[in-house]
Amino acid sequence: MNRFLLPAGVFLLLVMVLFVGIQRAPQKTVIPSALIGKPAPAFSLPVLGTTEEFDSASLRGQWYLLNVWGTWCPECRNEHDMLLEIARTELLPMIGLNWKDDDAAALEWLRVLGDPYDVTAADREGRVAIDWGVYGAPETFLVNDLGVVVYKHVGPMTPEIWSREFLARLPKTSAGASGAPIAIGAGS
Amino acid sequence: MSTRRFPRFSTRWLLMLSVALLAFSLMPPAAQAIDPIELSDPALQQRYRDLSHELRCMQCQNQSIADSPVGLAGDLRRQVRELLEAGKSDAEIRAHMRERYGDFILFRPQWSLRNAWLWLTPLVLLILGLLVAWRVIRQRAMLAGTDEFVAEESQEQRADQ
Repeated sequence: MNRFLLPAGVFLLLVMVLFVGIQRAPQKTVIPSALIGKPAPAFSLPVLGTTEEFDSASLRGQWYLLNVWGTWCPECRNEHDMLLEIARTELLPMIGLNWKDDDAAALEWLRVLGDPYDVTAADREGRVAIDWGVYGAPETFLVNDLGVVVYKHVGPMTPEIWSREFLARLPKTSAGASGAPIAIGAGS
Repeated sequence: MSTRRFPRFSTRWLLMLSVALLAFSLMPPAAQAIDPIELSDPALQQRYRDLSHELRCMQCQNQSIADSPVGLAGDLRRQVRELLEAGKSDAEIRAHMRERYGDFILFRPQWSLRNAWLWLTPLVLLILGLLVAWRVIRQRAMLAGTDEFVAEESQEQRADQ
């Protein structure tokens, strides 16, 4: 009797490990970002539809979203209404990173569907996207007032993900600039 | 019963099929066909080829960036070429990619605290197995000592001496 106890125990343990593995398998297709907890990569890109340059340094000291999108990306179309809704709350600025897209098509998209972005930067060659570790649009980054990447969501934004993963991470008093309680000693 | 027919595969057909499959499997990877850009220096070109086979295409995940035709893989190859031409070492280029995309981009993952258990588990299991084996063998040996037959045998041996 006793000699079966150990093999049975090992077997049960294995069953449990495999069960948990299978349960969590769908999440394995999403690769965790290597940037979480690290400073957001700095960039300077042309503002879509203008001759101006946008410098990410101008975002210092405030929480912001960076949404990677392209008109060639069907899931970006699916999340667009949600992005418009988020923009309407005016909780924090949303930067669009238009990834390897055609400027004219991108401008048309924003004109027809509505523009949720405070600024859209045109990453025509995809270099900034590589710095941010982007591997598929849409991706949405949350960056805090210290310029540190707090969270990244891969795939279309949904109301559930917005409230569970983004709103929950925002400081309670977040009203755009420097309202965060942890902001003591921010900036240099 | 004679109306039932089976497709007839003669041995010649099977042979030809296997030769065709073998030929397919022996074809070199299509890397150079996807990306015909040559670097000026043949040594750099060799390093470029090796590195791009070591880096995972994040979009397709089971291909290296050398084998993948998707846009991001092309951008990452461009990045590797530029870093090589800027005089970066292989280790620096791997680190550059790892900073942005994490361990997953490396087909040959490196040691880190996070994945140490993955590397160590087989060793731990081996030691555990050896311990169990050692205990079992020792128990068997002790049992053998109390076995009547063996006891008789050893007595005989003693008698012989």
